[in-house]
Amino acid sequence: MSILVDKNTRVICQGITGKTGLFHSQQCRAYGTPFFGGVTPGKGGTEVDGFPVFDSVDEAVRKTGANCSLIFVPPGGCGDAILEAAAAGITLIVAITEGVPVLDMVRTADVLATKFPKSRLIGPNCPGIITPGIAKIGIMPGYIHKPGPVGLVSKSGTLTYEAAWQLGNVGLGQSTAIGIGGDPIIGTNFIDCLTLFEADPNTEAMLMIGEIGGNAEITAAEFIKAHIKKPVAAFIAGQTAPPGKRMGHAGAIISGGSGTAEEKIAALEAAGVVVSRSPADMGKALVEAIARKKER
Amino acid sequence: MKIHEYQGKQLFAKAGVSVPKGIVARTPDEAAAAFTQLGGPIAVVKSQIHAGGRGKGRFKEQPEQPGVKLVKSADEARDNAKRMLGNTLVTIQTGPEGKQVNTLYVEGGLNIARELYLAVIVDREAGSPVVIMSSEGGVEIEEVAKHSPEKILKEPFHAGYGLQPYQARRLAYQLGLSGAAVTSAQSFLPKFCRFFVDNDCSMAEVNPLVITAEGELVALDAKVTFDDNAMFRHKDFAELRDLSEENEFEVRAGNAGLSYVKLDGNIGCLVNGAGLAMSTMDLIKLHGGEPANFLDVGGGAKVDQVTEAFSIILADKNVKAVLVNIFGGIMKCDTIVTALLSAYDTVGFTVPLVVRLEGTNVDIARKMLADSGRKIIAATDLTDAAQKVVATLKA
Repeated sequence: MSILVDKNTRVICQGITGKTGLFHSQQCRAYGTPFFGGVTPGKGGTEVDGFPVFDSVDEAVRKTGANCSLIFVPPGGCGDAILEAAAAGITLIVAITEGVPVLDMVRTADVLATKFPKSRLIGPNCPGIITPGIAKIGIMPGYIHKPGPVGLVSKSGTLTYEAAWQLGNVGLGQSTAIGIGGDPIIGTNFIDCLTLFEADPNTEAMLMIGEIGGNAEITAAEFIKAHIKKPVAAFIAGQTAPPGKRMGHAGAIISGGSGTAEEKIAALEAAGVVVSRSPADMGKALVEAIARKKER
Repeated sequence: MKIHEYQGKQLFAKAGVSVPKGIVARTPDEAAAAFTQLGGPIAVVKSQIHAGGRGKGRFKEQPEQPGVKLVKSADEARDNAKRMLGNTLVTIQTGPEGKQVNTLYVEGGLNIARELYLAVIVDREAGSPVVIMSSEGGVEIEEVAKHSPEKILKEPFHAGYGLQPYQARRLAYQLGLSGAAVTSAQSFLPKFCRFFVDNDCSMAEVNPLVITAEGELVALDAKVTFDDNAMFRHKDFAELRDLSEENEFEVRAGNAGLSYVKLDGNIGCLVNGAGLAMSTMDLIKLHGGEPANFLDVGGGAKVDQVTEAFSIILADKNVKAVLVNIFGGIMKCDTIVTALLSAYDTVGFTVPLVVRLEGTNVDIARKMLADSGRKIIAATDLTDAAQKVVATLKA
């Protein structure tokens, strides 16, 4: 079992005729993800590498029964693409696109919340979501994610791969791994994922990877303290990051002295989370979190 | 992207946001002429740099000279300009190295009754832009937030509909304004919020926002930062960019599609992915080293990008060793090693290089490194990599 993605997930790609969109659609299909084609306005009726192309998400949904869309459109069109998917009834929208203007996401998130509450957005600026062995909807290398009992949620891409790799080294796979993205305004957040993992019978423990900027990790810590019974381990990137400088991700910035790794680590530890100080020990931290819960 | 105060005020004026009359001056004579043109009896000569705290800041070459000075004659404007232009202003925000002042803004005086604080930012948690105001104008807002948080007012507004007049009135009354000032706020604040949204700002700050004796709100300062991700739809803003205000290597990195931030340590690092790059810095520190930079080479790690990344890292004379940390996923490790070796030869490495690779085709990649004949130290995992790179400094 898993969260958000299972064998009933039917995926299309918005931006499938672009180089990146096509490449990753092929990779997802090769992984075994039920993939039904894609959308590029103006190229409907054509085909790329066996994928049917539609003019609109609406048409794609009608003709393929798709319920999930993977978005690769350029930053300026990403907010619009998300809303098109939601309006067509897509329930899981995974936006990979990096560099979406913040105010576009403000508007998009507002319309999603008020008009399309049934559509869940993951991202943007994220690696996507994978339920190992079932479906990969994103740009992560599939083979590093083994099926198993750990729910993995992260703001980062390669750091998530690193974590999945380390979990593999300690013999733990993942129920589902989700990259929620490193932008200031995102769809699904830590608390959403923690809630879903807590309710998922096949998730036994959770690994949460955050970074500097904003206070999502702090609200997540408060939530864990109040609502999460399963073991949780965490890592926060950016302990050495200077204030006022954007560290790659649009959201990774310490501003006005808040959003530091130190305060996030303290909040998580206060909530009983095992926090790994070294990025090399994320797997070990999770093992320790499981062991600690058993002792009680 | 940050812009100067005078540029921000020019954009404010275009958006109907009240600003004092002002004239840009790049020579002492221009400053004197500006004073005359503004008509006196007073004017303020303001250094234009991308940092706050200018009024309290002093010049390295002229320790008595403040970065912002009230003057009462054209001659006084000229004399102050002479002491400011070309010199280095050190403020609480510039760091000890300071910033060179190349431009002045000469502004007419106002009859100030009160000073307030105003800013608009995007509130990440609320998912909307928010107006932040305080009765404590002219002081650091972080200080107000720390010592008297109750004096900070927040009013979120809808990015599409903008700040509504009732919200402006609510703020005005909470700040204790009355009469003409409330009417002025009801016009000023929605226009200011519209400016923020229309120009894709990530921050617009006015500190102080003044209320004149006549009850008019006027932006006495302007600190505007644009969302870099939205610059594709504001192409005309490119000319507002002042490259002399930015770190040369950060600019070079940006042009090559790399994300680079210079730090003070001596271990350079090149990593793929922002999260892993931050973690690599943390890892170096954890093992007793000091990172010299943050560098995310992105997902592609192409030969020309890796080459440029290496030459940027090595241009920092503090760098005594370099750590490459790559998790090759879709981009295979052997492809990355090909790029690394080519870049290594092009750049001409003179400091130790430690490489840690993991992911797709890692065995082929490690063999390529071992057989390459270059002096590259291979690491097996993250901890090993950090220990090895720190050890090279002690050797």
